[in-house]
Amino acid sequence: MNITQLLFWVLTVIAIGSALMIVTSKNPVYSVLGLIVTFFAISGHYILMNAQFLAIVNIIVYAGAIMVLFLFVIMLMNLSKATETLKNKWLQIVGAIAGSCLFLVLIAALKNTEVKQNLVEMGTGDIGLVKSLGRELFTTFVIPFEISSVLFLSAMIGSVVIGKKE
Amino acid sequence: MPINYYITLALCLFAIGVVGVLTRRNAIIVFMCVELMLNSVNLLLVAFSKMHHIAKGAAATAGTDGQLFVFFIMVVAAAEVSVGLAIIVMMYRNVHSININFLNRLKH
Repeated sequence: MNITQLLFWVLTVIAIGSALMIVTSKNPVYSVLGLIVTFFAISGHYILMNAQFLAIVNIIVYAGAIMVLFLFVIMLMNLSKATETLKNKWLQIVGAIAGSCLFLVLIAALKNTEVKQNLVEMGTGDIGLVKSLGRELFTTFVIPFEISSVLFLSAMIGSVVIGKKE
Repeated sequence: MPINYYITLALCLFAIGVVGVLTRRNAIIVFMCVELMLNSVNLLLVAFSKMHHIAKGAAATAGTDGQLFVFFIMVVAAAEVSVGLAIIVMMYRNVHSININFLNRLKH
């Protein structure tokens, strides 16, 4: 087992463990912290695949901006002590069974595919670097890029309008 | 690394997100589980882009599209989170709770 495989398994265990922490923890602040750890583990996976631009964007946008927004809302509403009332035990059991059935069906579908032994390029190849991605983004994908700026503007206006006090 | 390891990892994260959406009643945690599902799909897209790149004989731009798609998914997710959290704040202001069991007024 070389160092890349070792890092892959370590990051996988961290990602799945902290994802389980999101679902199981009672306190929403711990869920946010688990989600941040999951995002860092996924960024580690991106770095292992030499997708450096996406790794940095993932840390800045998700772990930086979005998670701060979540923490801000939780602390603004003072929800860290809030307990979930109206607990329905059956609903939780049925939800867990449904999720595991989805997982099993997808794994079983994967079993008969032909691509499953194809190799993923680890650590080499420069398509994930800023240079090649930026060139592609500003030539082929320039119109979606501009449209996404309009989307941001409308999202900004929308959140201000929704959050405004009557 | 074979691609099926990455597919299995992404499926694990996606299934954990689905279980969270189905079992938790806290609107913010449900929202975070949706983010987790988005991220697992992003991971899978990057893995497939690197697989495509090596399958095309490491051609110069093969597989770039997948990574740019991930970039656009992140852009849309950031916009979606800002609007969604505004909706949750609005809901908290109206019913003083973020339990999604209160969101059944359309039923009556």
